[in-house]
Amino acid sequence: MANLRDHMGRSIVAVTGIGVVTSLGVGKTDNWAALTSGRSGIHPITRFPVDHLNTRISGMVDFLPSSSKGASLLTYELAETAAQEAVAESGLDADDFGGPLFLASPPVELDWSERFSLYNSDSQDIGSERLLRVARGLKVTDIFETTQFGSIADRLADRFGTRGLPITLSTACASGATAIQLGVEAIRRGECDRALSIGADGSATAEALIRFSLLSALSTHNDLPEKASKPFSKDRDGFVLAEGSGALVLESLEAALARGATILGIMRGCGEKADDFHRTRSKPDGSPAIAAVRAALADAGLSEDEIDYVNAHGTSTPENDKMEHLSLSTVFGERIGSMPISSNKSMIGHTLSAAGAVEAAFSLMTMRESVIPPTINYDNPDPAIVLDVVPNQKRNAEVGSVLSNSFGFGGQNTCLVMAREPV
Amino acid sequence: MSSPHDVVISGIGLVSSLGEGPDAHWQKLTQPGVRPVLEASRFAPYTVHPLPAIDWNLQIAKRGDQRQMETWQRLGTYSAGLALDDAGIKGDDGLCATMDMVVAAGGGERDEAVDAAILAASESRNDRDVLLNEKLTTELRPTLFLAQLSNLLAGNISIVHKVTGSSRTFMGEEGAGVAAVETAAARIRSGQSTHILVGGAFQTEHSDMLLGYELAGYLHRGAWKPVWQRQGGEGGGVVTGSGGAFLVLEQREHAVKRGRKIYAELGAVVSGRARRPRGGLDNEIAALLKQAALPNGELLAISGASGAHAATAAEKSVLDANPAIAARAFSSLTGHMKEAQFPFAVALAALAADRKAAYPVFDAANEKPFSGIPRAVLATAIGYHQFEGVALVKAAD
Repeated sequence: MANLRDHMGRSIVAVTGIGVVTSLGVGKTDNWAALTSGRSGIHPITRFPVDHLNTRISGMVDFLPSSSKGASLLTYELAETAAQEAVAESGLDADDFGGPLFLASPPVELDWSERFSLYNSDSQDIGSERLLRVARGLKVTDIFETTQFGSIADRLADRFGTRGLPITLSTACASGATAIQLGVEAIRRGECDRALSIGADGSATAEALIRFSLLSALSTHNDLPEKASKPFSKDRDGFVLAEGSGALVLESLEAALARGATILGIMRGCGEKADDFHRTRSKPDGSPAIAAVRAALADAGLSEDEIDYVNAHGTSTPENDKMEHLSLSTVFGERIGSMPISSNKSMIGHTLSAAGAVEAAFSLMTMRESVIPPTINYDNPDPAIVLDVVPNQKRNAEVGSVLSNSFGFGGQNTCLVMAREPV
Repeated sequence: MSSPHDVVISGIGLVSSLGEGPDAHWQKLTQPGVRPVLEASRFAPYTVHPLPAIDWNLQIAKRGDQRQMETWQRLGTYSAGLALDDAGIKGDDGLCATMDMVVAAGGGERDEAVDAAILAASESRNDRDVLLNEKLTTELRPTLFLAQLSNLLAGNISIVHKVTGSSRTFMGEEGAGVAAVETAAARIRSGQSTHILVGGAFQTEHSDMLLGYELAGYLHRGAWKPVWQRQGGEGGGVVTGSGGAFLVLEQREHAVKRGRKIYAELGAVVSGRARRPRGGLDNEIAALLKQAALPNGELLAISGASGAHAATAAEKSVLDANPAIAARAFSSLTGHMKEAQFPFAVALAALAADRKAAYPVFDAANEKPFSGIPRAVLATAIGYHQFEGVALVKAAD
């Protein structure tokens, strides 16, 4: 009989369903096959012209029906697709999920294609005056829905029959992890027996790419797209903008066992700490990220020695990888050089709002499959970052516990600790 | 009966067209027949309630920080600072470092001039996607992106006020504000947090913020009227306002130990998602009130009604059906503040409980007098388009 309460007397939270979509494909099977064979999903951009752009590659999801229909519709489809896989695996009712929804998704804006078509449907006035006049004459609300921050979650709530007011959240590149954390906390507080946590991001528009590019955040390694994302390498030059989604069905272990569900893993702990140093850079001593890792370990009731593997944030930007190394080496001490730490982003790029959820999904699979996906493109190690990044080739290994890091603009630091088995 | 783990409100930061701070709002809103501050020409045919004059330096000391933000983030950071000051937390490094934060946010301001230039050029270009790349790569200010990001309001609050326990941003119009308050209260009740900063801001004086409503025809046109009187008027009934509302929620024991003034206790916070296209929003609102377990007797209700025709009619029918409820729709005087709407309603409810007096009617034709001492006050936010929430705020003792 498994223990149903954790070290703090709270309900243990199990994972009973996992879904994922990335540029590598739809679903766990395809993604896992690609990840463990070290295949990259990064490719040249074809969704829009790349004239005048310094970065012309991405990890966009180009193979869904909504891939060319704008950020809001694609984000919805990504979320729905991943959630469908997760809920189906859990064996719960796919139309009547019966627990709350936590959705990490990108902030929405009116797409340029809509702006252009609204504007050019009329010729009176100029600029925003014309847009507003055209807007108030519209007879349908589908464009409006794409501009409402709550609409994607509202549709998902309809689709899956989740309970109550769905929460849409953004903690920048930590959003996916925050969605999971909110679900874990709701179950621990006894508000529900199950929760659906999704991270989805289909917002790789030209404007999004240009905005990140203007902040010098993106790799410009255009000639060999699959080599562009090279976390922890000396010649890393930025992240690769990408899309994707990850979904987890979270359940109290007690409820999951009671209905005979297969336990795919355990959400042991969550930790966070905000950084007050700068909008895009972390405090030079790494103290907020260090505090977030330590908070996650404490919440999980595990010591540093009990983490088998780190699923790194590992964005391939000069700043992140340096600071992540500093934080991890501070927490794990001498052990850091010998524990496996790999970055899924070397193959799928940075899926932004989805990243924390996508990488939690892969972390759980790493434990279940006893295979650690590699950090690819590790041809030119950064001598200042001495880590076992599981270079270029997958590794067979028993992994009982994982730390997954997510760090974002705005001082967001969120870490998750997952385990293969209940305590 | 109070308990050490109650959630109490120990700090309030408010900004609206009426002024800033709880005292200014109390004074204005308790003046019988107070007139709204309106700006009817800048965005004609729409009327908005504009921001008052604000000296940003009072809450955002560094000019460099101010420059990194546009008005929305400044307004939120400023309102948050007011709440922290009011709760005696601002500048207390220990309390700020352990303070959690839940911000309800939309997006920040786009560069209207760049957008207008691109739209103008699009009239004579067929290669609009190339035009977009050409203009955006050369004309966007790099840091503007950060001023637009939803979670960077919270990020700026961390930087300026040093609130760093945790930082979460909820999105989704009024529902984001409801969920933020609900989640924050649940964290305190369960012992996860001792003190939390929660709130939001909305800066309506920007065409994109109006467009966000008008793509579905939600804005009221023509002369200003109180929210309850906009049914059948030209347009959709919403008059927006710029403003911000932040609350410091605290575990009662924690606030008492610090010797802080407690405005009110935050009782039940109840949220919902009515499937509005199927009808029956009124039944859903009635169910929320039932869940909130309203006390017997006369009850003051601070309504966040937006004026949006369908949602406001549904809310009015439910409130009118209960003869004990005396509603006050504050948006008549402040305008609709989207993500900040629910925190604003809770703040006004807490003020009435604290001052042991009700607000006079804001609309004599539709609101009835309340003469007693409000021991409990209802706060509502029924989304103009989707999502609903109510809270019961109780006298501190």
